[in-house]
Amino acid sequence: MMKYSYFPGCSLDATAVTYKRSISFVAEKIGMELNEIPDWNCCGATCAHSRGKWLALALPARNLALAEREGLGLDIAVPCASCYSRMKHTVHAARKDEADRKKIEEIIEMPYLAKSDVLSFLEIFALPEVMKACKEKMERSLASLNVACYYGCLTARPREITGGISTENPMEMDDIIALTGAKPIEWDFKTECCGASHQVDAPEAALPLIERIFRNAKANGATAIVTACPLCNLNLDMREEEINKKSGTAFDIPVYQFTQLLAVCMGATANEAGLHKHFYPAYDRINDTLRRAGA
Amino acid sequence: MEKVLSKDENKALAPKIAEQSGVKLHECYQCGKCTAGCPMAHAMDIMPRQIVRYMQLGMLEEVLECKSIWLCAACGTCYDRCPHRVDLTALIEALRHEAKHHKICAVREVDIFTETFLGNIKVFGKSQEVILAGVYNTLSGNLLQNMNNVPHMLRHEMVKPEIHGVKDKEGVRRLMKAALEEDDK
Repeated sequence: MMKYSYFPGCSLDATAVTYKRSISFVAEKIGMELNEIPDWNCCGATCAHSRGKWLALALPARNLALAEREGLGLDIAVPCASCYSRMKHTVHAARKDEADRKKIEEIIEMPYLAKSDVLSFLEIFALPEVMKACKEKMERSLASLNVACYYGCLTARPREITGGISTENPMEMDDIIALTGAKPIEWDFKTECCGASHQVDAPEAALPLIERIFRNAKANGATAIVTACPLCNLNLDMREEEINKKSGTAFDIPVYQFTQLLAVCMGATANEAGLHKHFYPAYDRINDTLRRAGA
Repeated sequence: MEKVLSKDENKALAPKIAEQSGVKLHECYQCGKCTAGCPMAHAMDIMPRQIVRYMQLGMLEEVLECKSIWLCAACGTCYDRCPHRVDLTALIEALRHEAKHHKICAVREVDIFTETFLGNIKVFGKSQEVILAGVYNTLSGNLLQNMNNVPHMLRHEMVKPEIHGVKDKEGVRRLMKAALEEDDK
């Protein structure tokens, strides 16, 4: 049963347009039902947990409580790694300590029982049922594309919150990407940090983080990087050219969301997959790869 | 610099902050794996390992006034690789709360970003990337930062003039007020 409550998060209405478009294309293709939580709010991201524990727990809790109030009894699908992490933290806290759960209810002025689980899109697409549904819809192949699957921090860490996926060498995205015929490469920076919002408020300190990610991807033969987070994607895609200019590097690696590659192989047009919306040109790499595969 | 904490405060704070973050300070034996794996260590003034060491020694002021606790990207690598599972990420988070309580923030831009982001949620219930960038650039004095990317964002409708806010703005505002009151207790 591919039915979820859905928390898109703020970025999907703004810079993460490629993620948003490809998610809706793929969901429709495979018959996945995403029920958007009514009147959801920002999860608070890094800023809320920088400021205070209860602020960090309460902002996601309102969304979780609204989903519960819908009465669908579904798990909650979250495409952004940061939203996912903050919402999982709240579920974890409410389940671990009854007094904390009650305090959360008091602050958000709503009942919240913490019954539903929160799932990242990676966790969802790695489910056998969803993998099978995707496989059946593959019309085209991206064979000859060498993909560095970049997981970032928060889908993997901290391990007692994310539960399950390896923190050093996760394979979920690699398995999903393999469905497209592309080759997931072995590399070392799968769960290294992109710097998140420090790319805005401490750019000089944080830019080297992105450069190292590109450097390692390139050294291991990547012709594409694939992400599962709006901010990881924006940070890499928007700053690749800047790094090339500043550091004299010649990185030539488009950065896609994993759902974009799925969408392309399920027959999406460039527009439906958002391939013309990248900062670093991303259309030609896909087009050339498809041609080479004879599609 | 003027002393922010009295001697007694200095002594009493370390155990309090450690407890808030669920960390037992004596469990750190200074192996340095946190520092080795930290992606932001190159920019820090006190290394991650040393943050715990200063706290073990009750030298809180040094820690509250350092840049490192604000440059931490909260990526969680230190905690993940710690052989004794000392949650340094949570410890740094608690140190930020304490520093903020004393109105100390050694990296001004991080504070401006955080406050601007939270201000956005208070007003709209959701983060507005355009307003966030505009207000942040103005307050931090980096007026042109990232502005070269704006034409692309406009052309591709990544930023739009309309506001995506929540309907129940009053509810979100009450929630934030109640949560922050609890945090500042």
